[in-house]
Amino acid sequence: SEAKAGRTDLIFLIRFRHCCLLRNQRCLLAYLYDRLLRIRALRWEYGSVLPNAIQFHMSAEEVEWFNRYKKSLATYMRSVGGEEGLDLTQDIKPPKSLYIEVRCLKDHGEFEVDDGTTILLKKNSQHFLPRWKCEQLIRQGVLEHVLN
Amino acid sequence: MAEAYFPVGPGLGTEENFLSLDDILMSQEKLPGRAESALPRLAVLLGQSAGSAESIPEGSKLEIPLWLAKGLHDSKRRIISVELPKIYKEAWRTVFSADANVVDLHKMGPYYYGFGSQLLNFENPENPEIAQTDSVCSLQTFIARFRRIMDSSQNAYNEDTSALVARLDQLERALFQVGQKGLNDFQCWEKGQASQITASSLVQNYGKRKITDVDG
Repeated sequence: SEAKAGRTDLIFLIRFRHCCLLRNQRCLLAYLYDRLLRIRALRWEYGSVLPNAIQFHMSAEEVEWFNRYKKSLATYMRSVGGEEGLDLTQDIKPPKSLYIEVRCLKDHGEFEVDDGTTILLKKNSQHFLPRWKCEQLIRQGVLEHVLN
Repeated sequence: MAEAYFPVGPGLGTEENFLSLDDILMSQEKLPGRAESALPRLAVLLGQSAGSAESIPEGSKLEIPLWLAKGLHDSKRRIISVELPKIYKEAWRTVFSADANVVDLHKMGPYYYGFGSQLLNFENPENPEIAQTDSVCSLQTFIARFRRIMDSSQNAYNEDTSALVARLDQLERALFQVGQKGLNDFQCWEKGQASQITASSLVQNYGKRKITDVDG
């Protein structure tokens, strides 16, 4: 109301307040955007199911964003590379062999291999397993890739 | 490798990147300035006095953050005018031209180059030459220091690099890290570890920090 009364010296105050509001808005947007970038990275580095500890800290909108991103990515991967599609999140580094030696870093329970046998993944046990089955577990920190 | 997190980087030249966290931190740095007209009620906000509702008299010196300076500045300089911080002035320029490698740029404001580029936004009609010589000086400083940064980043393998990095500003540190990463990747390839699948660093970080559940 003072501004309406024509006091021009307060124009500065209005401008100042506007600057502060814009600054707060910028900080908030950058923070939220950075969170989204990290969530997106999790899909690539961790997998399509996030651990509960992380999901607990995501807002409902972020969870929904993650689900939609997963879906978009899956649709795209299915459309590329023929009938079965191409899993782009596999073989991020060029593979050298079909089977790899892995060591278990934590207890993970039972693990089923293609021919039906199950392996017990106990801490410090070592196994010789097909690469495509272990890749995700290695990225999640459950197994460790052992080189000879 | 296998790093999927790409944060928004700082802007180039006189434009900041709106969403860049680096640019936000950089624009928090303070500039010296001068109030061109009486500024009512700002005294409390800018920490000038313990009283309330006092106005800052015309002509008084202020230290304001860059984002505020950019917002309040206009070419007619009705509200505030800004001046170059002393490290961008004549006295320091002679130091830089003597030996640029010796200067501790981290102490001079950790965003020396970025902040310097932003200063070009404030046209100063009294000294149109300043902007020109300013950018030339920054550039020469950078060229003089770059060689050493590149050398040290490519030759410090598996060492504690804190001594090397201590006197670099943020831009130089980013360059240093890129160099180190290249070196580490190459060494990893030489050792035959390039094909080893690794747990992503994001995952390792989340594992290390205990994420405590909040009750209720």
